[in-house]
Amino acid sequence: MEGFKHLIDSLTKPTILVTFTFIIFFFLFPPSDWFDKWHRRLRFNALWGKKALLIINVLLVAFFIFGLGDPDFRAIVLKPDNVPISGLIFLVFFFTWLSMNQAYKNDELVEAGKPVDEHYDAPNDKVLVWPDLVYVEFICLILFSAFMMVWSIGLAAPLEEPANPSESPNPSKAPWYFLGLQEMLVYFDPWMAGVVLPSLIIVGLMAIPYMDNNPEGSGYYSYKDRKLSIAMFMFGWLVLWVLLIVIGTFLRGPNWNFFGPFEYWDSHKLEALTNVNLSEFIYVKLFNTGLPGNILLREIWGLLIILGYFMILPPLLAKTWLKDMYLKMGVARYSVFIVLIITALTLPIKMYLRWMFNLKYIIAIPEYFFNF
Amino acid sequence: MAEKKGLLKRLAEGQIWTSIFRGGGVPQSRRQRMMVVLNSVFLHLHPVRLPKHAVKLKFTWCMGGLSFFLFLIETISGILLMFYYRPTIEYAYPDIIDLAEQVPFGIMREVHRWGAHAMVITVWLHMFRVFMTGSYKPPREFNWSIGVILLLLTLLLSFTGYLLPWDQLAIWAITVGSNMARATPFLGHEGPGAALLAIGDINFVTVASDVRFALIGGRFLGEATLLRFYVLHCIGLPFIIMIFMSVHFWRIRKDGGISTPV
Repeated sequence: MEGFKHLIDSLTKPTILVTFTFIIFFFLFPPSDWFDKWHRRLRFNALWGKKALLIINVLLVAFFIFGLGDPDFRAIVLKPDNVPISGLIFLVFFFTWLSMNQAYKNDELVEAGKPVDEHYDAPNDKVLVWPDLVYVEFICLILFSAFMMVWSIGLAAPLEEPANPSESPNPSKAPWYFLGLQEMLVYFDPWMAGVVLPSLIIVGLMAIPYMDNNPEGSGYYSYKDRKLSIAMFMFGWLVLWVLLIVIGTFLRGPNWNFFGPFEYWDSHKLEALTNVNLSEFIYVKLFNTGLPGNILLREIWGLLIILGYFMILPPLLAKTWLKDMYLKMGVARYSVFIVLIITALTLPIKMYLRWMFNLKYIIAIPEYFFNF
Repeated sequence: MAEKKGLLKRLAEGQIWTSIFRGGGVPQSRRQRMMVVLNSVFLHLHPVRLPKHAVKLKFTWCMGGLSFFLFLIETISGILLMFYYRPTIEYAYPDIIDLAEQVPFGIMREVHRWGAHAMVITVWLHMFRVFMTGSYKPPREFNWSIGVILLLLTLLLSFTGYLLPWDQLAIWAITVGSNMARATPFLGHEGPGAALLAIGDINFVTVASDVRFALIGGRFLGEATLLRFYVLHCIGLPFIIMIFMSVHFWRIRKDGGISTPV
């Protein structure tokens, strides 16, 4: 028992959990034919069958039931505001399964030359809103109202001590749907994690229909014809969104230190970390000199790297690896798309730089609050 | 001899019923069933007929409808909460306690809070469904963008509501959130570029004039913050979200209803 808990605790360390997710992710949601080949060879496509749904749900429920026997797990999962997130784990898995299941079925139908499940022969296949839709809506509404009543009677809304500005709780957490942003604060300065990246997430989401100019797969579940766009959306939604929230909720404790789900939240847990900036790496460690007084001279390396990353990488990719995509999308679409993507990629990049080299900032100009 | 009519049928054909529900009668023929939808201000959000997959739960997940329904639940429970709640530092917290302990059937706050969490989740799942069915593709691109704004407004509504109980959970969560506003580029006093907005020694973006100050109505969380969040939560954001919701629903109809395979 204890051994299993220790195993889970060490497996959920962000380094291991995130690395594992990154490695396995695109084999689960293949973005290209090559990944798709391995996806099928590794039999990951069985994940979207009925048997897998049953097995994984049983495992998830068993894990939660087992976990609730542990006081530390119970304390964090049964915190009233965290209950919806436990629900979210089940819901996200179920609906991901449901959409992928239908997508794979439709892909098979298309391959066999048959019309997709949602196919309809207008106007013969139309149904009347009254009563066919209205009663579905009505039943949904009644059941959902009943569910809300039971939830509300069964679980009291959280209310802590009266507000006290002089006594900050440890950890202070944002509302759960913003915990992904708070998690980014570990790796980015607030102007990035709190302002620029959230704005780009909103802009990027709004821009999806304008960037994705693939006409296939409109109005029905499908995967095969839209591999790349679905794989990327899934990555943003499941990893950068849901997983970060789950980590922020369940695995972040006092001092924003990392704690396994069965670990006691010890506020004295020590994480010896001295993070260094790129300029210190180069001047102090590499050249054995002091930092130059001139800000520009000091940060020139970081500035060059960032400029190269944002200015040279996109055209380079357009010429080489992403040539087909560039031709298909055109200059405007491609530019917006690639800037959004490589900006999103700075998060995993900075995560790994932090974990491997304790790198704090690539550009550090605290004099002007400009740290990246 | 005329056949004997049941009570329900006589009611449905009587003066009161026919005056309330235009057309009257029990809709039985195809034409009458179409007229029910056309003649009702609420039902005519819907088209009269739709593709058969549009009534299947496994296709729609009903998440868009549930999001709207949750918005209504939040509005109604929120109005009830406003009867009891006063947005001042002195009263806010005791009013919440009273609400749970003194008010008969005091689960309105629970309905409101869990409904808010549920709404965030249903809106996300709705977005996910729309993505997976490729329903954002032409001609529905713009409506997807409106939907993203609705998602943002849902989060902001939830965020502003989080402060109102004025307990430790509330103020520290909002502190974490609003502290990020300090670092807004150019507009926050600790943001990159803020120092550039100055003439000589006079800074325009200071702790008492930046975007965080505008958000929380002061240099620290306090009375003004509570009032600001209360007004935004109860009037400001619902007003904005209703405008976007109207456009969202209207565009669904205008863009051809629920998406179908071409």
